[in-house]
Amino acid sequence: MTDNTLSIEVRPAGQATSVIDIKGDVTADSEDVLTDAYTEASAQKIRAIVLNFTGLDYMNSSGIGLLVTLLVRANRQRQKVIAYGLNEHYRQIFQLTRLDEAISICDDEATALRAAGA
Amino acid sequence: MSVGLPPEDPKAQEAVGEVEIPVAVPRDAEHWAKLVSTLDVTNAPEGAVNRNVTGKSLVSPIQGFGKMWQKTYKVPLRGAEATPVEVIKEWKANFPSFWPPRNFFYGGLTGIAPGDVALLNLTMPGRLKLSTGVFVLFADDESFTFMNPQGHMFAGWITFSSYRKSDVTVAQAQVLIRANDPIYEIGMMLGGHGKEDKFWNQTLTNLSRHFGADEEVETQIVCVDKKRQWSKAKNVWHNAAIRSGIYMAGTPFRLMAKPFRADKQL
Repeated sequence: MTDNTLSIEVRPAGQATSVIDIKGDVTADSEDVLTDAYTEASAQKIRAIVLNFTGLDYMNSSGIGLLVTLLVRANRQRQKVIAYGLNEHYRQIFQLTRLDEAISICDDEATALRAAGA
Repeated sequence: MSVGLPPEDPKAQEAVGEVEIPVAVPRDAEHWAKLVSTLDVTNAPEGAVNRNVTGKSLVSPIQGFGKMWQKTYKVPLRGAEATPVEVIKEWKANFPSFWPPRNFFYGGLTGIAPGDVALLNLTMPGRLKLSTGVFVLFADDESFTFMNPQGHMFAGWITFSSYRKSDVTVAQAQVLIRANDPIYEIGMMLGGHGKEDKFWNQTLTNLSRHFGADEEVETQIVCVDKKRQWSKAKNVWHNAAIRSGIYMAGTPFRLMAKPFRADKQL
């Protein structure tokens, strides 16, 4: 799934976890791509969504808004949302916007998958 | 552009011990406010009521109480020559002038920049003057976002942006919010939503007229989450409307006590 500035891949990790690899820019233009990715990731009976931000290049406040709406959808499905690969800058943005209180932040994929129970 | 990744060139990796590697600065770094734990208003402009802001934390839609709403208000600036960058520059520079009357926004002297705190003095039903504020979370050439503190009506943020669509520049305001506490939620159900829609419709109409356009504002409302977060009901402790009401009720007593306080100082 891609648009001009964002490419997203969804891959299974264990029986009840999906990883969404995010590469590029997360902005208002990313809504359809991100929504499609979440729908694909949730196609099976998934208990946790792991967001891989290692390839994140740019994010604005609309991008943060998209993550909030993704989180709401996941909560509705009783899915955990876990993030990893955030550099110091984006970790601070998660803290500033208090997204870190609802999305667990891990250092790497192995830790994220352990937190997801995969 | 890669951000925060080690150099891929093996020679560069060998040189790690000898040469200082510049830390890559993310492209969006200058547009985001720096991390703060609580807000601080150091120089309140004359005439502004500075209450319910200093010492308050920021609240995203996750920390709010009521249903979560995404409301988008947009107006095409048909006939206007302005580019999105020009629209946002003008909007930032004259933000308060587009607001409906009897509502006051006291921002920084230099406009709107990431990390700024602005005071809001709003007229509520029953002539109540609500004193609260906003924090500039993000600002670039084509958008800027305010995030609200504890006690504000809404937990969340509002993004003002401009973009081109079908060769027309569009101005847009989009909120992602929950009412902060049960009292505000009741207020929203009893006409608050309508008042808020009217407020931003009027703001965008004023902006549109400023650019010589006069199109109707389009409003899209989506309920993102129907659930109320009862664990956040305690947010009512910070309710700026209640605190502003108590402050207003105490005004005559403060005026009566003023001469005595002045004597004491002498």
